[in-house]
Amino acid sequence: MIAAAVIAVEVKDMLSSVVAVGAVGMGLSMAFLVLKAPDLAIMQLVVEILSLIILVRATIHRDLPFSVSGRWIFNTIVTVFFIGIFLVCAYVALLNLPAFGTPQLRELSKFYIDEAPALTGTENVVESIALRFRAYDSLGEATAIIIATVGVLAIARRVSKIGKADDEQ
Amino acid sequence: MTNNNGQNGMTIIVKTVTRLTLGFILAYGVYVGISGHSAPGGGFAGGVIIALSLVHVMLAFGRETALHKIHRGILRVLVGLGGLVFLYIVLFNPNACFGRAALPICEMLIVGAGLFAIFVALVLLSKNHRDSE
Repeated sequence: MIAAAVIAVEVKDMLSSVVAVGAVGMGLSMAFLVLKAPDLAIMQLVVEILSLIILVRATIHRDLPFSVSGRWIFNTIVTVFFIGIFLVCAYVALLNLPAFGTPQLRELSKFYIDEAPALTGTENVVESIALRFRAYDSLGEATAIIIATVGVLAIARRVSKIGKADDEQ
Repeated sequence: MTNNNGQNGMTIIVKTVTRLTLGFILAYGVYVGISGHSAPGGGFAGGVIIALSLVHVMLAFGRETALHKIHRGILRVLVGLGGLVFLYIVLFNPNACFGRAALPICEMLIVGAGLFAIFVALVLLSKNHRDSE
């Protein structure tokens, strides 16, 4: 998986890079399966396939060249700045993180596992958490997808209208 | 992925297999979405599988045939309807039984129709872009 990720960054050909990204996603899906999270594995698999199809369709016709023109000094400085902020925040967060395999919210997860089937009537605890205890999270997720759809439709429609206007001229 | 006959999609082998498997993929997507309360899956995964089956048709039969069969207005109506019902259930919590049944279906509608609408829009966008070049 890590090797595929390195290949995806380093390789010059766009299509090979996309295929390597797909390999990373498949490896992640298998990791979820090994860690006994079939819900996440299914989700990762189907989303990976869909995004792979879209990426392949986007890259198969032309190779997008890596753009180096423009304000590259400004871009580099901003990038380094944000990477630094991320590293500092990650350092602070990693100090507070519990060790691997010893979850902190043990009582809460025990409550979910014990009480979720009785309280919500669903056998699948993951689904009961996603749609009952934290339904507002699902609402936000649905809102994000709707906003993404509306944005893409709006952009595509505007471009097609401009194309028609160009044809008329 | 290449179009052998211009706009008419892939070869007859791919078309036949698509015609045979489309129903199964759609049914599996609906099953994964509805049976999320007792098996791994859920509305999101089921919706993505439904969107994948529609994308499958579009890749195999070509852009024109798929768009002729699936109107884009229906996709928008489905996304909006699913979103409104979802919002109604979450905000007002009308009836536990109704909400329990309708919430995964709404999520399935939103995700399936929304992702397929994004795919269609991107394909049309790239077509316009290529035409203008």
